[in-house]
Amino acid sequence: MSQHEITLTVNGTARRATVPARQTLVDFLRDTLRLTGTHVGCEHGVCGACSVLLDGKPVRSCLIFAVQAEGAAVVTVEGLAPDPEGLSVLQDSFWEMHGLQCGYCTPGMLIAAHALLQQTLEPSEAEIREAIGGNLCRCTGYKPIVEAIALAARRLRGANVPEGRDGG
Amino acid sequence: MAAEGGGFRYIAHKRRAREHRRFLAGAGRFAADYTLPGMLHVALVASPYPQARLKRIDAASALAVPGVRAVITGEDIARATDPLMSGLDLPKMLRYPLAVGHARYAGEWVAAVVAESRAVAEDAAELVEVDYEPLPHVVDPEAALAAGAPLVHVPLGTNLLYRRHFVWGPVEADFAAAPRRIAYRARWHRSATVPIETFGVLAQWDPAARLLDVWASIQMPKFPEQLARALRLPGNAVRTHFDVDVGGSYGGKRGLKHSVLAGHLARRLNAPVRLIEDRLENLRGGDAHGPDRIFDVEMAFDDDGVVRAMKMRAIDDVGAYAGRAPFQLGKPIGAIVGPYRIKSVSYEPISVATNKTPEEAVRGFGQAPTNFAIETGMDLIARKLGLDRVVLRRRNLIRHDEFPYAIPSGSTYDSGDYHAVLDKALATADWDALVRRRDAARAAGRLAGIGVSCCLEPSGGNSAFEPLFNPKNETTTWMEGCQVKVDLTGAIVAAMGTTSAGQGHETLVSTVIGEILERDPDTVRVVRSDSLAALPSNSPVGSRMAIMLGAAAAEAARKLKAMIVAIAAHNLGIGADALVYRGGDVLVAADAARRLTWAEIVEIAHRKFHLLPPGTEPGLQALHVAEVPNGGTLPTADGRVPMYPCFAFEAHVVYAEIDRVTGQTRLGTYVCGHDCGVMINPDIVHGMTYGGIAHGIGAALYERFLYDANGQLVSGSFMDYLLPSAHEVPDITIVDHCTPSPLTTFGQKGSGEAGYLGAPAAVASAVNDALAPLGLHLAALPMTPAAVGELLAAKDEEEA
Amino acid sequence: MKAADFDYECPASIDAVCGRLAEAAGEAKIIAGGQTLVPLMAMRLARPALLLDINRIAALHGIADAGDHVVVRAATRQAAALAHETVRARVPLLAKALGFVGHVQTRNRGTIGGSLAHADPAAEIVLAALALDAEIEARSVSGTRTMALAGFVTGPMETVLAPAECMTAIRFPVWRDAGALGTGFQEVSIRQSDFALAAAAAQVVLDQAGVCRRAAVAVGGADATPTRMADAEARLIGTRLDDDDIAAAASLARAALAPLADLHASPLYRRRVAGALVARALAEAKGEAVRGKG
Repeated sequence: MSQHEITLTVNGTARRATVPARQTLVDFLRDTLRLTGTHVGCEHGVCGACSVLLDGKPVRSCLIFAVQAEGAAVVTVEGLAPDPEGLSVLQDSFWEMHGLQCGYCTPGMLIAAHALLQQTLEPSEAEIREAIGGNLCRCTGYKPIVEAIALAARRLRGANVPEGRDGG
Repeated sequence: MAAEGGGFRYIAHKRRAREHRRFLAGAGRFAADYTLPGMLHVALVASPYPQARLKRIDAASALAVPGVRAVITGEDIARATDPLMSGLDLPKMLRYPLAVGHARYAGEWVAAVVAESRAVAEDAAELVEVDYEPLPHVVDPEAALAAGAPLVHVPLGTNLLYRRHFVWGPVEADFAAAPRRIAYRARWHRSATVPIETFGVLAQWDPAARLLDVWASIQMPKFPEQLARALRLPGNAVRTHFDVDVGGSYGGKRGLKHSVLAGHLARRLNAPVRLIEDRLENLRGGDAHGPDRIFDVEMAFDDDGVVRAMKMRAIDDVGAYAGRAPFQLGKPIGAIVGPYRIKSVSYEPISVATNKTPEEAVRGFGQAPTNFAIETGMDLIARKLGLDRVVLRRRNLIRHDEFPYAIPSGSTYDSGDYHAVLDKALATADWDALVRRRDAARAAGRLAGIGVSCCLEPSGGNSAFEPLFNPKNETTTWMEGCQVKVDLTGAIVAAMGTTSAGQGHETLVSTVIGEILERDPDTVRVVRSDSLAALPSNSPVGSRMAIMLGAAAAEAARKLKAMIVAIAAHNLGIGADALVYRGGDVLVAADAARRLTWAEIVEIAHRKFHLLPPGTEPGLQALHVAEVPNGGTLPTADGRVPMYPCFAFEAHVVYAEIDRVTGQTRLGTYVCGHDCGVMINPDIVHGMTYGGIAHGIGAALYERFLYDANGQLVSGSFMDYLLPSAHEVPDITIVDHCTPSPLTTFGQKGSGEAGYLGAPAAVASAVNDALAPLGLHLAALPMTPAAVGELLAAKDEEEA
Repeated sequence: MKAADFDYECPASIDAVCGRLAEAAGEAKIIAGGQTLVPLMAMRLARPALLLDINRIAALHGIADAGDHVVVRAATRQAAALAHETVRARVPLLAKALGFVGHVQTRNRGTIGGSLAHADPAAEIVLAALALDAEIEARSVSGTRTMALAGFVTGPMETVLAPAECMTAIRFPVWRDAGALGTGFQEVSIRQSDFALAAAAAQVVLDQAGVCRRAAVAVGGADATPTRMADAEARLIGTRLDDDDIAAAASLARAALAPLADLHASPLYRRRVAGALVARALAEAKGEAVRGKG
């Protein structure tokens, strides 16, 4: 019925498209922009697999129509790595701590964790569990994810420590 | 456990799972990520009635919607495809992807709409007019077994799909001789695996090549063959792609009806067709519910709590159709006494149909509910005798010097040291401190309990329950293949022939091959064949891949290694026994300077035929197809058969407090002692165990597919079917033990189902320990706040 | 689960919204945070022909301290309200309730007004607003009206808000009584952050002698609508909120409820739990007041 032209930034790149009003943001990202890293798990706002950053805040992209994202800055999992060959400290920490198995909830978890670490680099375990409390995982039992986020926080905390501090 | 690494170079050491890299980058390739030009989408029309005759389906309005290409019904499908197989001998139970003239559960798919987009397909699906004639229905399994119950399959004449009474050993005599007995019912309500990714399939027919390509989110043995058969195609006309990433399965992703539907539509419409279940379709019509069990158990025991004999009747409600699900009553026969020295057993499995969503495999294939039933009995016996539950278990656990241990039903437990694992779990949990903590909480007026469970995880995935339940099926082969080659550049490539859903198989295979060939696993590329190119496989079920794929990869690598040594021997002019293989190079033991390097050997193999030992094939490749270690035998007349070859063991200890009014259970300390022999990759094993425990907590406290009297699934979305979040799963500590299996390549046992097999029993044990001071007991899962709260309320009423 | 098709507009002002609502004669719905509406649309239980997006109307965002009340513009995000100093300081019961609402992701989009407009029986924001005697301001082409929370919710997911009305602001009275303020918010859900099976909100003021001078108690999730417990409140005034006073209040609360049954809990359970939650919320509020934290 209604089509709308939208312009928004996705992972730093300006995108323009014409979207049907009823197309959700997650379907727009996946089907129109072919950014399939964001996943669909329930389409009714419970599982968190569709989490993306919208203007810096984690949201459920299955509950936003693409047309509502006009003018917004969206970041997906594909935008977290520093370059196509690399992984962010957070992503690498997930890898180190085995914070994933099937990988389906992982993009949403990374987005939620990324947002948390933007708020604090010293999250308590309770704060970590609260940050990912809206992201369901069926594989990991959450513990390795919590450990991965804690590791990332530790590593990022130490990132700006001047060299030589550790005696090296 | 043997020294860190157990003498292995790569096996048992920490190693990152290589497949994770793509998932972290958002570069996984899941079924819904695949698109093809001209692809069409499917939406389903589902029956709102639990049982109804389909009088008329009118698709005219639906077909008039722009963008709609087709609407098909069960009649179309039944003409063009063969029925989906049941594992039982039930030829009169016909099952097709769409209901044929008769819908048997609310949510059953009665028509499929194909359109240019999923949204348009859904629009059109709403316009399909179906005339239903509602018929009587039955949703309670015991009611379904009663005389006069509405029949789910009229041609069967009954809702009883399978029943047999197995008697192994002198059960009646043992019961008569025992001083005590208990009888109880344990209820495992319906839950399932419910992965975060729903089932999806993309099918494309190439009329020129007469080949159907299928990309699907599957975890299913013999999927390509069953798909081909249903579509009336030869097996080599269907190419199933195993490199589709699967977003979790844990048993449930069979998707055969979805795939037959998509495959049929792709051929009929000559366009790629994709069917991705939405979550509502998945929960109600995806045919992936799980065990729905009523256990009636009797145990005969001595005054000191030693259990002599057990009688178990297990009713399982498979829903409206039976695929492999009834076998979930059969697999637990392979560990029917749990880890205990129970000498005689009678077992009466009963599979019954009702007008509910069909059941499919769940992690453990019936073992978790059975473990829950057994452990419920152990706790009841302890309560009755006033015995500590740990002491009671110690008295009954099979001792480490009794292995290999033959159980009455025909399986043999390969190895184990259950007491040691239990001791480790208790020590790590600091049992005495937990008891003090519990008692202090009780003194302060709170309900507090500690749960303990000792459970087995059969592994290796023999399907001996197939011939056991269906004598017409004489399947004793349960194989897995792996091919390894070294190319002209010296690079190693291994090929595996099945999908993965997070179990880290690529890491498993590269680690095993790296171990044998003494080459860095990171240099081993692991690819997945498709069903045309692949060696036989039976997919990751029954915790079998570490054992089976590990064996196949190891054996193929060994063959390669032997070829390498043979080439070196021939060129160095010395016998193989005078040579040493080191890191891919081959040296003369007495004179290390005399050697051939990996690169040189590769060169000879690929290019210098004149330097090969006579009769040697050129190139450097080997394959191996492994059979289950304990071989394949058919059942005896009294139903004894060796089932799974290897048995991992888990001992759970968990602390819980229950809110006296709200009935909410909060889990605290959670320790799992785990022994799965040698762990090829510890992180992978631990990861799956944590996940299994989380899943088990869900089954114990939160998850239920609940039906009302009208046959409606009332927990049909994630708002009501409740998966545990990071708030519900406590921190978990795993403490490892290692009794290697004597039957496997490296002593590994399987562990894909770990955690889930013992957690529900442990959580139930904790809840009941908390309720014990009030004289209360619950033996039905899930133990929701309302279930516990109502019990507490009734108690308060009674005391008021 | 793709929504049925609809037209979409972003009116530039509240009056424009009201104009379109009037023209659409019941076929239009406002979308704010969408956390409740979009799932309903995905399940095709809601099928508005026209969606009016109010997220970009500046006049619908913001929180202002107006002395004896705090004004929260209707489309203010739950996350923004939770973090706002004015809310924490002046309407602590609302801040406390917000901590129980959904998850990080849902609070980043969900709005204060949206929660009130949908009026789920278990909605924490509705319960806190009821306990505080909040007022809802709504506008239509006929003008502006103010509605008390009492009577605003008429049934599960039903309010007196007319289809052609746009909620514009919610006014939360600030308690400025002499004495110590304490708040309590307790809920039971199956999992943390699920819809509450029952919830209780309480706010009290104790004078220097520790005597309760003012009390508000409300229960949600345990009846067709959230309910103020007037009898319980009356019972508490003049007491020191001792255990038997609280128990009596809880008992009065239980008696006033006609709980719903659903797949998750029976009426018996809800009634019993609601009573216990009232007691716990009152104990929590008393504790805060005594410690001087209110």
